[in-house]
Formats: sequence, structure tokens, C-alpha cells
Amino acid sequence: MEYHEPYDKLSEEAKDLHRAISSLIEELEAVNWYHQRADVTTDEQLKRILIHNRDEEVEHAAMALEWLRRRLPALDTELREILFQDGEIVHHHGEDQAGEGPGPGGLGLGSLKEEN
Amino acid sequence: MADLLRRHLAPIPQSAWDEIDETAADKMRPMLSARSVVDFHGPHGLELAAVNLGRVAAGDSSKDGVHWGIREIMPLVEARVPFKLELAELDAFARGAADIDLGPLEEAARRIASFEDDVVYNGLKTAGIAGVLSSLSHKPLKLGGDADGIAAAVGDGVAELKGEGVAGPYDIVFGPALYKKANQVLKAGRVLRDVLERIGGGRVLFSPALRGGLLLSRRGGDFQLTVGQDLSIGYARHDASHAELFVIESFTFRVLEPAAGIELKSG
Repeated sequence: MEYHEPYDKLSEEAKDLHRAISSLIEELEAVNWYHQRADVTTDEQLKRILIHNRDEEVEHAAMALEWLRRRLPALDTELREILFQDGEIVHHHGEDQAGEGPGPGGLGLGSLKEEN
Repeated sequence: MADLLRRHLAPIPQSAWDEIDETAADKMRPMLSARSVVDFHGPHGLELAAVNLGRVAAGDSSKDGVHWGIREIMPLVEARVPFKLELAELDAFARGAADIDLGPLEEAARRIASFEDDVVYNGLKTAGIAGVLSSLSHKPLKLGGDADGIAAAVGDGVAELKGEGVAGPYDIVFGPALYKKANQVLKAGRVLRDVLERIGGGRVLFSPALRGGLLLSRRGGDFQLTVGQDLSIGYARHDASHAELFVIESFTFRVLEPAAGIELKSG
């Protein structure tokens, strides 16, 4: 993935973020490639290898995602809200968790703390 | 939960409700200094009645060989401020008036925001809330009278916290008198507020609930504000001319790490 701003002007934090996001993209691409190959091969042993490799890439992607989650508060918030829920995924988005939102009439003030 | 607010029963157009909510939030936001410093847990809804402290009250009670204790909790405080708005004013807003009188709403918002800040800093004994000031383990720090003296003392305070392993950033909350002084200029020509923010790495905040001030770590995990129902506006009743509304919240507060802050006293 290319840099979109002059490299010299980017902070070290932004560069690391770029590295992690690039890695996540690459790992997910690899998941896609292995999955497609496993899907079409007629050799059962090769299929098992490719599925194993695909799942290794899934682990790598998950680690990159976790690194990003720890550094991007907005990603952390969204993942906490959307992941590991049952039911319709779209309904979770932008919706307050049961009993945890301001609800109708709530002013939505919540925390006013700035991220460290 | 939300039906306690009964907003759907009020003779108030949605556009006016939106204006009421926005006005209240705008009024409260700069007054809720504690929410800028302490950890906010929630909102968990009006159903939450208490915080689990994870302990059993010590006792030697037993009956028929069964030893029993009582689980320790912190009950939530439910705060409510009623106020009245003129229906004619709300109708005027719906017609496009831009200058409606929401004075009673603003006053109610001010009161409940001040109450929350006051309880966090000064405690509320009947609710079992000690508050920040009486919980801190450090000796209060006496500030010098002028801007240079205040900056030096806050610098000492930051060093003391760091020395105890309490990491920053450190926010400073000043009561009215010290907050005014934050606009003074040091001998070196810089504004005190800027210098203090540089020293602490955090912000200088204002709270009328404080007589002096506080230096508090914002690293997290030290001060816990647990909110059930977050600040909300509900409807009580109306007559021919007025709607009686209320602003409500439920919360409790506790200090988990008494070493994570220092009281600042005016010199």
C-alpha cells in the first residue's frame, strides 16, 4: 500500500499504523488466495495444506488487527460494539447496546475524557 | 427503562425536544469536569442499582454451622432536578423562533452537572461516596501565591506522583479562584495555564465544586464513575401553560488508587 502523504512529514506512529494496516490487507489477501486454491484443487492432500495455510494467515491477520485495535480507540469502540454479537449484524451498528446506551431522552454525554 | 422519562406523553414537538436536549448537553458539557478526568463506566441503564465491590462484609455470624456474610456494594445515587418550560415558547420554536426562553432548563442542567462534580470531588456520605478529596493519600500541596509559585508547586506535585509510580498525563482541576489565576502570566512571559498543561501533559479544567484544586492522573484505573441512567430529560406533567420536565441521572463514584492524585491548596 502506497503512502498518501510525504513520507518525511509522517510521524513514526503514522508509519507504524501504515505498516500494520498494510500487513492486515496482505494477510487477508493471502487468506483469499489460499481459500480459492483450496476450493478448486482436486488433490485432497493439497487441499488440506492450503486450508492449513489459509488459517495460519487468519491468525496473522487477527494479530495485526489486535495491534491496531490497541492503538485506534475508534476501532476498539466499533469492534466492541459489533463483534461477537448474535443476530443481524447491521442492527448492531450505531445502536446502543441493550441497557448501555443513553436511550431515548438520553443526552449521550458519557465520558468526556480525552484519550491519553 | 426509558419509559420513566415518558417523553412520548409530553405535548412537545420533536423539534423542540431536540432543542431541549441540545441546549442541556451544551450547558452541561463544560461543567462536567470530573467526566474529563475520571474513568466513566456505563451507562448501564436505570436498572443498575449498585456496584459490586467483590467483597463480603467481615463478620463472625454463623448459624447451625453455616458462616455467612453480606456482599458489599455501592448503591447508585439517583439525582433529579424538576423544571418548567412554557408551552407557548416550545410552540414558538416549532414555528421557527430562534430565541426561545429555555432558562429553567439551563438552570436545571447547571444544578445537576454541579451536583455530579460535587459528589465526585467532595463525596456524599449518605450514599457511601467518599469523594476524591478525602480519599487521596498524599498530603495536600500548598500552592505559591503568584503564577510562578503555582507552576513550581504543580511541578513538585507531578514529580511526587511520578516518584510513586503514578504515570501521567496529569490533569489539573481548579476551583474558581485558582482557575482565574491560571490566566496570569509568569515572569518568563508565558501564560500559567499553558505552562501547567505542559508540566502535567494534560488539561487545566474548571470546577466550581472545588475550593482549591486537584492534580489527578488521567492514566485510568484510579477513579471510577459508574453511571446507570446517564443524564436524560423526561416529562412529568403539564397544565394549560407549562410542561413540567426533569433532568435525571443515576451514578456512584469511588477512588480505586488513593495515590493517583494530590489536593492543591491556595497559598
